[in-house]
Amino acid sequence: MIEFHLDDRSGVSPYLQLVRQVRQALRLGLLREGDQLPTVKEVVAGLAINPNTVLKAYRELEHEGLVAARPGVGTFVTATLADASLAAHGPLRQELRRWLAKARRAGLDDESIEALFMTTFRTAAQEEIA
Amino acid sequence: MTAVLQAQDLGKRYGRRWALTDCTLDIPAGHVVGLVGPNGAGKTTLLNLASGQIAPTSGSITVLGGRPPASPAQLATVGYVAQDTPTYAGLSIADHLKLGARLNPGWDDALARERISRLGLDPARRAGKLSGGQRAQLALTLGIAKRPELLILDEPVAALDPLARREFLQGLMEAAAEHELSVVLSSHLVSDLERVCDYLIVLVDSRVRLSGEVDHLLATHHRLTGPRRDPDRLPADQQVISASHTDRQTTLIIRTDTPIHDPAWTVSQLGLEDLVLAYMSQPAAAGRRPALEVQR
Amino acid sequence: MMWLTWRQFRAGAAMMSAALAVLALILALTGPGLADDYSTGIAACATQSGGCSNFVQQFRHDNQGFFLGLTAVVLLLPAVVGLFWGAPLIARELEAGTHRLVWNQTITRTRWLAVKLGLTGLAAVTAAGLASLAVTWWSSPIDKAAAFEFPRPGPVLFDARGIVPIGYSAFAFALGVTVGMLVRRTLPAMAITLAVFVAVQIAMPLVVRPHLLPPTRSTLEITDSNLDGISAPRDGGPIRAVLQTPELPGAWVLSSRGVDASGQTVREILLSSSGACAPPRQGRPEDGLTACFAEMKQLGYRQQVTYQPASRFWPFQWYETGIYTALALGLAGFCFWWIRRRLS
Repeated sequence: MIEFHLDDRSGVSPYLQLVRQVRQALRLGLLREGDQLPTVKEVVAGLAINPNTVLKAYRELEHEGLVAARPGVGTFVTATLADASLAAHGPLRQELRRWLAKARRAGLDDESIEALFMTTFRTAAQEEIA
Repeated sequence: MTAVLQAQDLGKRYGRRWALTDCTLDIPAGHVVGLVGPNGAGKTTLLNLASGQIAPTSGSITVLGGRPPASPAQLATVGYVAQDTPTYAGLSIADHLKLGARLNPGWDDALARERISRLGLDPARRAGKLSGGQRAQLALTLGIAKRPELLILDEPVAALDPLARREFLQGLMEAAAEHELSVVLSSHLVSDLERVCDYLIVLVDSRVRLSGEVDHLLATHHRLTGPRRDPDRLPADQQVISASHTDRQTTLIIRTDTPIHDPAWTVSQLGLEDLVLAYMSQPAAAGRRPALEVQR
Repeated sequence: MMWLTWRQFRAGAAMMSAALAVLALILALTGPGLADDYSTGIAACATQSGGCSNFVQQFRHDNQGFFLGLTAVVLLLPAVVGLFWGAPLIARELEAGTHRLVWNQTITRTRWLAVKLGLTGLAAVTAAGLASLAVTWWSSPIDKAAAFEFPRPGPVLFDARGIVPIGYSAFAFALGVTVGMLVRRTLPAMAITLAVFVAVQIAMPLVVRPHLLPPTRSTLEITDSNLDGISAPRDGGPIRAVLQTPELPGAWVLSSRGVDASGQTVREILLSSSGACAPPRQGRPEDGLTACFAEMKQLGYRQQVTYQPASRFWPFQWYETGIYTALALGLAGFCFWWIRRRLS
């Protein structure tokens, strides 16, 4: 079982925060297949948020095939994100480090590096969609 | 989906002053509706009309298909937690629960007792000796255990400290989730309601400025920043809510259902609070335009 | 709703019941002795030469404190009911905002008011009825003895005997409720209720009650009972006779005036210094002023009196109770109208 938390200042809508926290927990192996998510009532009572927000987040996760609702029982994890890709993290991190070192040598400061990464990331993501 | 609250040209006048005018609303069931507006904007008037405490001067209102002020049957379906959450100071908590049980045919005594014990309140305690937060929780318990279909709360958290405020909203949301309640609650602060409501009504100067589902409102409002230009030359489907200019730059808050293609604008999302504030600070003349009803 | 009304009212009801119980106990212990004293005293004095007036006066004097105290209790009880039961009944709810709590339970406000008014109002009239009944019973010997000083249909005694306290109590209660509903604050409502109730209670015997039935008029000859005194100046001027209110047993005298032969009102009767009234008067001392009275009669002097006879006590009680009950019902009706149309 995981516990949700909300950051009011993040600018990310509450439902998306819940979705991301479930995904994060799946990636880190905190949630495994068969685990139950907190009931809507529990989440709502804990966070003082709108029940529809929780329902929406759970629907989204269900849509992604990560969880499944069993009527009258609760919502259960049906997939895991902590799969083989975890193994690929090491080499990728290595490459990224080398790239960072290169960027610093080129005279970029932290903010510039972040901006460059984010814009590249976004453009790439948009190209993929298109 | 059935409507919990429908109002058509609803108005209420006290003496020569209109506390509410031209109020047209259609709120579907199953929402937690936030009613936001400055003090004196007519929030209490609207809620009193909805609960049948007062009769409209003009127009009509239906709540859950019935017309308040009402028969006992209608009273049973609508719960109301009044401003400052009044309770009988001389009566104990147990007396209040007994009052609820005697006066409401649909009273859920187990629910009421369970809530009181979970809150850690001694049933023998007099209501006059409770803290503001505890008193609010007692009033909320009465409202929930009545098992209404619609629960109306007038500024329930205004007088509470942040912890009591959080606890109150937790209890309210839990009840909404468990009993599939529709909830209407008012506040003069958007931040109180941001987390809990998924439907929003903004009331300013006794008029409805904005109403709709929060997600939809957030999706259709944008902040545009760009080189200075005249907001009148925007496309027709972009309604300007607020505009501010420096000598070089123009910042607009607009409402539109279509994507914004003009590359000159930097488009950013609005938070709920900024959105509401934009409507609240809108000059009264602009508000005369009929506020569009937002529906899915 | 009964339960809630009772729960809110029970402290007041308990206090009133306790007070009435104490009153009843005191009266039950002293009442029979008092009645005995009176009947034995009357039996004894009937055979005496001076008649019973001495005994009656003594009896009244001995019990006066207690008698007036009890009368005051019955007079004040409706005011207390109006102030402490009537005025706060709705005003306290409006003041604390609890009406918004209770009106949003599954009960119409009309029913809420009906139960509150009915239950508390019933208690109010019951309390007044019981107090009046006990005090009327206890003080009946003294009432007889005090019939001249406090005529039964007149102010004070009438208001504290029989069934009118029930009407007063119902009115005071309804008045308190109405004022409380309009003023919406308990303390000002109590003050206004008291002021209005006192004004009505003063106006009733002064303005209304004398006209409930046309007063009886009668013309009396001048006798011992209505002559206040005769004064004869030493210098031989005319003799002046001054009249007083006559003693009509148990009647409430509204006005009395001396008139001469032509029917003109006279402040005092002027008599010739050589007539029968001039000192030294002729005849035996036992005759007293008989000849003088005869002279006044011959000259046409008499006294005209308007009064409400003692026999009208009960008709008046019914009328007045009816009037107050009608007022109370009218106020209650207004309360229902107001709570449905105007209050929020």
